[in-house]
Amino acid sequence: MSDAAYDKPMPPLNRDSKPYWDSLQEGSMRLQSCAECGKVRHYPRPVCDSCHSFEVEWVRASGKGKVHSWTVSHHPFHPGFIVDLPMTLVTVDLEEGVRMCAQMHGVEPDQMSIDMPVELGYEAATADLTLPVFRPVT
Amino acid sequence: MSLRDKCAVTGIGETEYSKNSGKSVIALQMEASLKAIADAGLTPNDIDGIIPYGNLEVVAEDFITNLGIHDLRYSAVTPLGGASSVAAVQAAMTAVASGVANHVLIPIGRNGSSGERIGDRVQAMPQFRILGEYEMPSGNIAPPQLYAHMARRHMELYGTKSEQLAEIAVAIRANALLNDNAIMNKPMTIEDHQNSRMISDPLRLFDCCLESDGGAAVIISASERAKDMAQQPIYIMGVGEGHPDSPSIITQRPDITTLGTAKAAPRAFGMAGVSPKDIDVAEIYDCFTYIVMCQLEDLGFCEKGEGGDFVSNGRIALDGELPINTHGGLLSQSHIVGMNHVCELVKQLRGTGGKAQVADAEIGLVTGYGDMGDGTVAIMRN
Repeated sequence: MSDAAYDKPMPPLNRDSKPYWDSLQEGSMRLQSCAECGKVRHYPRPVCDSCHSFEVEWVRASGKGKVHSWTVSHHPFHPGFIVDLPMTLVTVDLEEGVRMCAQMHGVEPDQMSIDMPVELGYEAATADLTLPVFRPVT
Repeated sequence: MSLRDKCAVTGIGETEYSKNSGKSVIALQMEASLKAIADAGLTPNDIDGIIPYGNLEVVAEDFITNLGIHDLRYSAVTPLGGASSVAAVQAAMTAVASGVANHVLIPIGRNGSSGERIGDRVQAMPQFRILGEYEMPSGNIAPPQLYAHMARRHMELYGTKSEQLAEIAVAIRANALLNDNAIMNKPMTIEDHQNSRMISDPLRLFDCCLESDGGAAVIISASERAKDMAQQPIYIMGVGEGHPDSPSIITQRPDITTLGTAKAAPRAFGMAGVSPKDIDVAEIYDCFTYIVMCQLEDLGFCEKGEGGDFVSNGRIALDGELPINTHGGLLSQSHIVGMNHVCELVKQLRGTGGKAQVADAEIGLVTGYGDMGDGTVAIMRN
């Protein structure tokens, strides 16, 4: 698909999130770790909610996690997702102690369960945007 | 200082609720406001405080201009999505009880069906910014999807069933059939609910509220003034507002099966000096069936995880132990951001609930819920 044809919502980039999106583009998701107290936080934001430091290190995520919850959408809510229906969206507890939501690929919806092990993958959406996706651990 | 019994709802007003009002949003809000002002026995110039709806489609200046109010002394905004209406009641109480204003008008109105659709508006709200940055690109976009993650986890942890969510939709629809100003006028069975199309599993179409047009308004006055006004005062015994941890993004919340309501409820019940068993009628913000069940747990009507059983076997029906949403709610009357819930509770406590009047209703509760987790609670008496 050419970028001009990409019709899904694009993330608005900002100073706080750019390293995250850049890391996905490089195929290794990075998370913010507070440079003062070490608390890992996600999604990216400027201040540590534990010690209020602005200093941050970007650490590589293992990509391993477990299913916290999920939904199987049969309605797109945005025309760009019609081609993906039915679409499984999964909330995952990452090994690093934070959560994230992304599409779940490679599994039938009725095979989903809480605590099911999953691993992170990367799918190029456009030349400049790579999205995280989860797959079952095989 | 406690706000308990310091303030009363002294006027209510509602327009016709429909799928196509044929009126502007400003006109709907002015119509509802003038009805509430007349109901209270006031004139527009008596209104000295206004809390417009948080989307700021209509602002305080519009009321000054259209109603000819010459000395507005107080205005504020409570941008909590569906929790805004009851949050505005709390804000009005602080203004009235402290003497800053005498009569605060809280108007809401929208063309949520014929105009800008509610789903489109939600996505543009600044409270949803983080969602837009990190989850919308993957397709996690709209409230039915966001809340489905909550509902699915509740089902997996506690064995909650879709048929139990259906009980909520069916009980509320039955009440709408008794209301001449309700949009939905066909009976619904559990089977109808189960046959409705899947939107975002586990939430079906009949788990979702309406998108509708209309306006509603209430007036909050000091209790000492309320005694001499046109209507029987409905006193506000307790009120509370609560925001969940990670308010702007559900998936980051420590416990996604708990709402801000769990923080608001002890404040409201504590102020009121009553407990859930004292509540005769409850108008529960019902954007989705699951959200009703979750609020009933967070309010303390039952334990966390027991909501599915609680709503079953007729308990929440009009003749049940805890009648809820006697007007038909957002699910079957109209989506007026829960201001229709506030108006309905006042009617029930005045004894003017019509065919859906709960016999001998003396103490009632109304909730707001919105912005992905904010919860508000008000407890009132006659």
